[in-house]
Amino acid sequence: MPSIDKTIDQARVDLGAATAPVFDPQAARERLAKAQGPVFWRSLEELSDSDGFRQWLRQQHPQLAETLRMDRRGFLKLLGASLALAGLAGCSRPPQTQIVPYVHGVPGQTAGLPRFFATALVQQGYAQGVLAESNMGRPTKIEGNPSHPASLGATDIFAQAAVLQLWDPDRSHAVMHRGVTSTWDAFDAALLTRRTRLQPDGAGLHILSGNITSPTLSAQLDALLKQFPRARWHMHEPAGVPTRSMYYRLDRAQIILSLDGDFLTDPAAGVRYARDFAARRKPDDPAHPMSRLYIAESTPSLTGSMADHRLPLSSRDIQSLAWRLARRLGVSGATALPALDTELNVEHWLDVAADDLKKHHGQSLVVVGTTQPAWMHDLGDTLNATLGNHGRTMVHIHNVARPPDGDGTLPALAAAMHAGSVDTLLVLDSNPVYDAPTDLDFNTALDRVPHLIHLGLYRDETARRAEWHLPMAHALESWGDARAFDGTASLIQPLIAPLYDGRTASELLARLRGDETHDAHALVRRQWRDKLPDEAHWNAALQSGVIPHTAASTHHPDASPPHMPADTADASNRDDALELLFRPDPTIGDGRWANNGWLQELPKPLTHLTWDNPALISPALAEQYRLANGDVVELHIDGRRLRLPVWIMPGQAPRSVTVHLGYGRRAAGHVGNGQGFDAYALRTSKHPWSMQGLKIEKTGEHYPLADTQHHFNMEGRNLLRVGTLDEYEYNPAFATADDKFPDPTPSLYPDRPFDKYSWGMSIDLNACIGCGACTIACQAENNIPVVGKDQVRRGREMHWIRVDRYFEGDPANPRNYPQPVPCMMCEHAPCEMVCPVDATVHDSEGLNVQVYNRCVGTRFCSNNCPYKVRRFNFLQYADKTTEALMAQRNPEVSVRRRGVMEKCTYCIQRIENAHITADREGRRIADGEVVTACQAVCGAKAISFGDQGDPDTKVSEAKASPRDYSMLKELGTRPHTTYMARVRNPHPDLEGRS
Amino acid sequence: MSQLFPPSFGFYVRLALIAIVVLVTAGFLAWRGLTDAPNVVDEPIEQPVPFSHKHHVGDDGIACRYCHTSVETSKFAGIPPISTCMTCHSQLYTNQPVLAPLVASWTSGKPLHWNRVNRVPDFVFFNHSIHIAKGVGCVSCHGRIDKMPLTRRAAPLTMQWCLSCHRNPEKHLRPRAYVFDMRWKAKNQEVLGKRLVREYHIDKAKLTECSTCHR
Repeated sequence: MPSIDKTIDQARVDLGAATAPVFDPQAARERLAKAQGPVFWRSLEELSDSDGFRQWLRQQHPQLAETLRMDRRGFLKLLGASLALAGLAGCSRPPQTQIVPYVHGVPGQTAGLPRFFATALVQQGYAQGVLAESNMGRPTKIEGNPSHPASLGATDIFAQAAVLQLWDPDRSHAVMHRGVTSTWDAFDAALLTRRTRLQPDGAGLHILSGNITSPTLSAQLDALLKQFPRARWHMHEPAGVPTRSMYYRLDRAQIILSLDGDFLTDPAAGVRYARDFAARRKPDDPAHPMSRLYIAESTPSLTGSMADHRLPLSSRDIQSLAWRLARRLGVSGATALPALDTELNVEHWLDVAADDLKKHHGQSLVVVGTTQPAWMHDLGDTLNATLGNHGRTMVHIHNVARPPDGDGTLPALAAAMHAGSVDTLLVLDSNPVYDAPTDLDFNTALDRVPHLIHLGLYRDETARRAEWHLPMAHALESWGDARAFDGTASLIQPLIAPLYDGRTASELLARLRGDETHDAHALVRRQWRDKLPDEAHWNAALQSGVIPHTAASTHHPDASPPHMPADTADASNRDDALELLFRPDPTIGDGRWANNGWLQELPKPLTHLTWDNPALISPALAEQYRLANGDVVELHIDGRRLRLPVWIMPGQAPRSVTVHLGYGRRAAGHVGNGQGFDAYALRTSKHPWSMQGLKIEKTGEHYPLADTQHHFNMEGRNLLRVGTLDEYEYNPAFATADDKFPDPTPSLYPDRPFDKYSWGMSIDLNACIGCGACTIACQAENNIPVVGKDQVRRGREMHWIRVDRYFEGDPANPRNYPQPVPCMMCEHAPCEMVCPVDATVHDSEGLNVQVYNRCVGTRFCSNNCPYKVRRFNFLQYADKTTEALMAQRNPEVSVRRRGVMEKCTYCIQRIENAHITADREGRRIADGEVVTACQAVCGAKAISFGDQGDPDTKVSEAKASPRDYSMLKELGTRPHTTYMARVRNPHPDLEGRS
Repeated sequence: MSQLFPPSFGFYVRLALIAIVVLVTAGFLAWRGLTDAPNVVDEPIEQPVPFSHKHHVGDDGIACRYCHTSVETSKFAGIPPISTCMTCHSQLYTNQPVLAPLVASWTSGKPLHWNRVNRVPDFVFFNHSIHIAKGVGCVSCHGRIDKMPLTRRAAPLTMQWCLSCHRNPEKHLRPRAYVFDMRWKAKNQEVLGKRLVREYHIDKAKLTECSTCHR
């Protein structure tokens, strides 16, 4: 028997030797050149397949290595101590618990049953209709509202994370006056004084807020500005594009060309767009032929990964590309076409794309990215007009959001502040001290503002500078209203009284105005008294989550002839310098979600990084500067500098460097403080999304990054299957053409006949956009803990459903494909065969069940799982002490403790509850009665779930598709989770070139 | 050859033997004393108001569902709000000192804290409604509640105890009409039980699966 000392010493030596692997471009090129057929890879290091990578994998993968830093004596001591403690703990009875019934029963509430309330959550001002689940008065989970246009039953990641935000113990707990705890009464008195001073015309009063679509709030502002004509309202949305006067109808679009437009993650309508887009990506829908997506983008996006043809171009080259496209479509306006700084064959690509667009008059769509300047949007509008898309795939509506006044911008506010003309600044749920462009010098300007009043969820950077900081009520605690991307209004209703005595923005404004009514509920009712005059109408609107007939009216705009700004037309100012791009972080947005552990730990869809925001650079740039992942560089631009690590992003435009906003928070809370790097330090108000003239400098330092990309590597087997539409039409069963085994695979184990139900899942890789909403919905539903950056680095993230991503082809412009991986629920599950205590067993309905109270933590099951979907509680990850976090948990799911294995259960609590309801009524569970959390949240409807033993269910229908295949079928595990192969729809003239 | 052990040695040996016996006994007693069976059966639990099921159910004949309203629809049978108590006690015994906490709760709006009597561990997901629907009587788990002046636990609620019924439900089932009946007894439980298992579509194999109670 090898001594434990030896193992530990070995591990220590290995640790010393294990240095992070390096991407070797030469080796990668050689490997790609040698390969025949498609080559899938998951990270650049894997592609180059260096010895270093293999060694690193071997060492990093046994997740124990880093824990064995302790010596043998210490280890035994701890072992003994924990045994002794375990013995003691078993000595007492369970503590006496209490039942506290209501004094007056709550009408409509049955003890122990969840209730759902239709409300709306707001992102950058726009509403996403949701059904919030309340368990005995505690909001625990968010589901989409099927009758809301921006949701259609699904949600994005932020809506899922809103529950954690509500229960965040770091939220602002009290009114603060100059850093000292105060009371609302004291503030109300102070506000009264301020109001008298501001009489008669409100000179010196400035209000700063995010984008506003709320009719109530907007009406209040109107009234306020009428009362105080010299007061000013400023709108500041650091990562948003507030003025929207149109939306897309992707379900009508046959050919889509996107110019840097990542419409699938649009904060206002992304979920809806994903649904509409996926609806047109079905290869065998006779009514709707599969759509085709062309995209030119500077930094890889989710939309880019769905594209059939993709061009990596710098942000500026995309503008040139747009003009070239305009020429081809017969739109003039460009005097001289700026040169394109790329080696790619753009002209041919454009010829094909333009031809495709022209052939589909009225069924095509040109999307311009929100990060492109306004004139590009005008140009896009003209292109769509030319293509006959207005009113068809592009719908123009009257403004949904409150239009900013002429000087209602943040720079105007900053100028007024510097000039000393701002007496009272009221900041409503905004954090300019952190996220204002650096050239405004907002922090210094604040020195000249005598009275800063800040209303916010957190005591953030701005709150710390404020005379008065006021805790804001969370959306799940407040009454209000908001409009969706198409103008449809929703009522926001509270599920719980404000936890920390917060108030809403409209309550604050009412008091500032001296309004007699300053209760949020009354304010909203007053606003809607015409449309919802009586209780019946009001209750109906509350119940459905939308106010009927409130969508904005459509119109046909007059397309103004596009013009090209001088600085773009001039191609001569190009130099060797790079382009710097700013993007909101994929998971924590503009920084307001920085204190949300779920979002911090959700792997960023394209990099699989957690907890950080390195600068994304192209493989070519990495080669030029000899940079590896995690190498720290210094970015220089306009005399400003920022040090941060880099991440090599396959498919990044060669000369573009992307930094993500939202990190480097100083006063976000315990979770978000000090994570990542503050990219706002480089941002200017004039060029919020892209700047030219970036220089980078290697520092020689290295920064540890926590990525989940290398973990769970499946060693190059045929896990993800892709074909083109032509291949599919030639052989619909192309995905299983190489499968060597018949169905079902032969096995030495006895068959498992199912009893009444046989639960199964099918994941359509053609629909999945890889956004990660399933991961976070699962986390919310199943009480999955957050483990922190350090643990993620050790490969211990706990997500039950992960989204793998595979790259194919040239690292400069690879195709990439997401693949969600939950538990496969194998019929012949390798995990079950090795468990010494029967903690993981099969039930009669095809579920592979994990019994936490039996598990002793040998981790044999995880070792034997070929899909690596099991997660182990190496430490006590679940917080069992913070009361607020305990209140968030789903009461239907066990909270696991240290030393216990866990994994996806197909949301067994939902199955069992459906079982109980159906059994009580003496009937079968209907198809669609059990909806798993991942299935419910999916905007693209990629997941179907149900009884695969019944041929008439949706999931059986999906599994009967010729595209259906099992992952690692050759192992004979007979998984109940199967995939539908992805089908691309490339243009025949371009295939092989893009 | 001199003696190897002095005469006092025998004394020490005896002392040691006694010490061993004493220590073992003390250890055993300490173990018994400290490690109670986690679930004590038939021990009345103190309550802020000494609520008597004997009086309300046995003497007054109030139906179970008058107070435990959600027993047929939810996992939780429901503990009544004070307002339910007040349907009678706003008129009856309002001045009784034992009811003072109840009246105080009603007037102040502060809820009463009852001590829990029946409890299963966190990893067990018990559901009342399905048991009622499948013909498990209240009395099967809660005992003769109509004879309890102070409520106590009538069954150990251990896994073994749960399984004894989940393995052989026919021994305990009764017609749905008699679920709430405290005094009902089957004439021939064996025949009736088997019939009810069929009639109520009880899947015995599923009953002993981990996923039925653990999630």
